[in-house]
Amino acid sequence: MNSDIALQAINLVKYFPTGSSGLLGRPDKSVKAVDGVSLTLRKGATLGIVGESGCGKSTLARVLTRLIEPTSGQVILNGADITHTSGKELRDVRQQMQMIFQDPVSSLNPRHSIGQIIGMPFTVQGQFDKEATPVRVRELMKLVGLNPEHFNRYPHEFSGGQRQRIGIARALALNPSVVIADEPVSALDVSVRAQILNLLEGLQAELNLSLVFIAHDLSVVRHIADEVAVMYLGKIVERGPAATVYTHPAHPYTKALLSAVPIQDPSSRGGAGRIRLQGDVPSPIDPPSGCRFRTRCWKAEALCEEQEPLLTDDGSGRLVACHFPEETPVAIGNRAQ
Amino acid sequence: MSTFAELDHDDVVIATEIVGKSPRELAWMRFRKDKVAMFAVAVIATYVVVALFAPVICALLGISPTRLDGAALNDYGLPNGPFGNISFEHLLGVEPGTGRDILARLLYGARVSLMVGFIATFLTTTIGVVLGVVAGYKRGRIDAVISRMTDLTLAFPSFLLIIALTRPFTQRLEAIGVPEGNPARLTYIVLVLSLFGWVYVARVVRGQTLSLREREFVEAARSCGASNSHIIFKELLPNLWAPVIVIVSLSLPGYVSTEATLSFLGLGMIAPAASWGVMLGDSVKYYRSDPTYLFIPGIALIVLVLAFNIVGDAVRDALDPKGDRQNLL
Ligand SMILES: Nc1ncnc2c1ncn2[C@@H]1O[C@H](COP(=O)(O)OP(=O)(O)OP(=O)(O)O)[C@@H](O)[C@H]1O
Ligand code: SF4
Ligand SMILES: [Mg+2]
Repeated sequence: MNSDIALQAINLVKYFPTGSSGLLGRPDKSVKAVDGVSLTLRKGATLGIVGESGCGKSTLARVLTRLIEPTSGQVILNGADITHTSGKELRDVRQQMQMIFQDPVSSLNPRHSIGQIIGMPFTVQGQFDKEATPVRVRELMKLVGLNPEHFNRYPHEFSGGQRQRIGIARALALNPSVVIADEPVSALDVSVRAQILNLLEGLQAELNLSLVFIAHDLSVVRHIADEVAVMYLGKIVERGPAATVYTHPAHPYTKALLSAVPIQDPSSRGGAGRIRLQGDVPSPIDPPSGCRFRTRCWKAEALCEEQEPLLTDDGSGRLVACHFPEETPVAIGNRAQ
Repeated sequence: MSTFAELDHDDVVIATEIVGKSPRELAWMRFRKDKVAMFAVAVIATYVVVALFAPVICALLGISPTRLDGAALNDYGLPNGPFGNISFEHLLGVEPGTGRDILARLLYGARVSLMVGFIATFLTTTIGVVLGVVAGYKRGRIDAVISRMTDLTLAFPSFLLIIALTRPFTQRLEAIGVPEGNPARLTYIVLVLSLFGWVYVARVVRGQTLSLREREFVEAARSCGASNSHIIFKELLPNLWAPVIVIVSLSLPGYVSTEATLSFLGLGMIAPAASWGVMLGDSVKYYRSDPTYLFIPGIALIVLVLAFNIVGDAVRDALDPKGDRQNLL
């Protein structure tokens, strides 16, 4: 096992049983929320996961943090297989890996003061100390840019950005080595997004965190991610070093996502102008055969319907799942050598 | 470090306040502003105090709920004076037929009404909250069992059953050592009201729990390693008090009236014990010759029930000022 790897997902699958069950039988359909995802997060690095709403990002995050058990596949945290741990071992896993949630309103218990919220991890881990915990909580508040005097305040007295800071402080309370942030800025005003992003970036460097950063839009992870994975309908369609993916996207879906990103210099956009995606994301209960993106892909051909494209290295250290990937300079250059 | 210590711009506004107010404190502040509700609270408090000190008050006034006063009645057994013989001696007059003091009976009757109301509320709330939270949080088979129990209970013609089971059950209670007569009858009423009442609490609590458990703060607790009991008691319950208080304050007057109704029908307390229901049942016999007798327990009951309802509504408004059920969660 490579000791440089903080978190690894191997072929993770999560299906939610759903739909009308027969009179006696079990549910006959399932939502294929995550369908064979493999990922690697290096220690101290940031992995961005990007995809449209409903593509399974939160489900993936919850499987990775073991809030839910995967249907199949493996999760490996700091070299240990945690896919099926439970009880005391799972509680230890929780110390090493924490989550930052998407919704600044529902992620904080409205009946608890800030001190109670940030102190909760100590309480549930049996580490609560009447003297030390409040001191530590105030330290954490300072660390995330909150005024420690607000210790006894309640969530409704804070703005979205401040609430998200509270959530971050809670996630950092147990000194985790891996933090999974599920769209931590999506619900925030554009004006405070940058503040929270900078905070996360700074904290990551300061505490040497390994960070999984989930977003539904590529621009958000641009500054923070070392590596990005693009998800579509439960699968990863492209994955690689951020620099490569941003400048030379290989998958049509990545390209479409990038073309929707407002950037200062349009010429730095890998390829053509703006691409508008047609139609809606198909249902994850009954995804399209072959390539899941084919119903919206402008390059789709018969092969795309018949055969599922596998995630393969295009020669530049980037993986792409497409029968007809974009011809990127990186890939071409590598092939020429 | 110092770069992270920079605050959001709106911190400045908040910093002018000194102490944080919890949602409960805010609700209390709103409640206190409601004059009518505060008056209703005072009315209820008066009832409670008067009921608690009924023996003392009666001793001071020299009246008794059971002493017969033949001198206060005329030859036909009706009170001597006008308005049921309201006099210095008997401030609210006397009962036709027996000459017992109505004020004393009213005070002792308040004890019965409030006792039934509070005990039944306590039992239904405890059972309802526990079963509701467990069903909503655990889902699955436990939920199915509890939900079927609620459905079944709701499907029962409860009032009919209460009436039909009075005799066998009071006898059963007496057999297992509950003092015969009114204590056994009262115990029966409380138990049977609780037996049918918990489902309303459980249904509301289950519904609220179902939506609460999907909130991210529950996941946050779980992702820190919280046990089920931590999640139920520390994360969910504090958010359930508001809806529970609302149902409680609205169901309590219901129990008070039900006791009166049962006693009125002769299924609850029986004379000479004092209960408003008993008094009302007795007074309808004299509604022509002595209408005052009918009005006194009737008004006492209406005022108490009304006060509880006003408080219940005010509590709901205070907990949920926008009327959108947001703060109930
Ligand atoms: N507990 C569940 N039971 C059934 N289906 C679920 C469950 N949780 C998620 N899903 C479904 O799985 C799919 C993926 O959901 P998920 O929340 O992971 O998406 P997401 O990428 O995080 O979306 P968003 O950007 O809106 O947060 C959706 O179709 C959703 O309806
Ligand atoms: S495999 Fe075909 S349909 Fe899928 S993205 Fe590539 S070109 Fe488009
Ligand atoms: Mg999500």
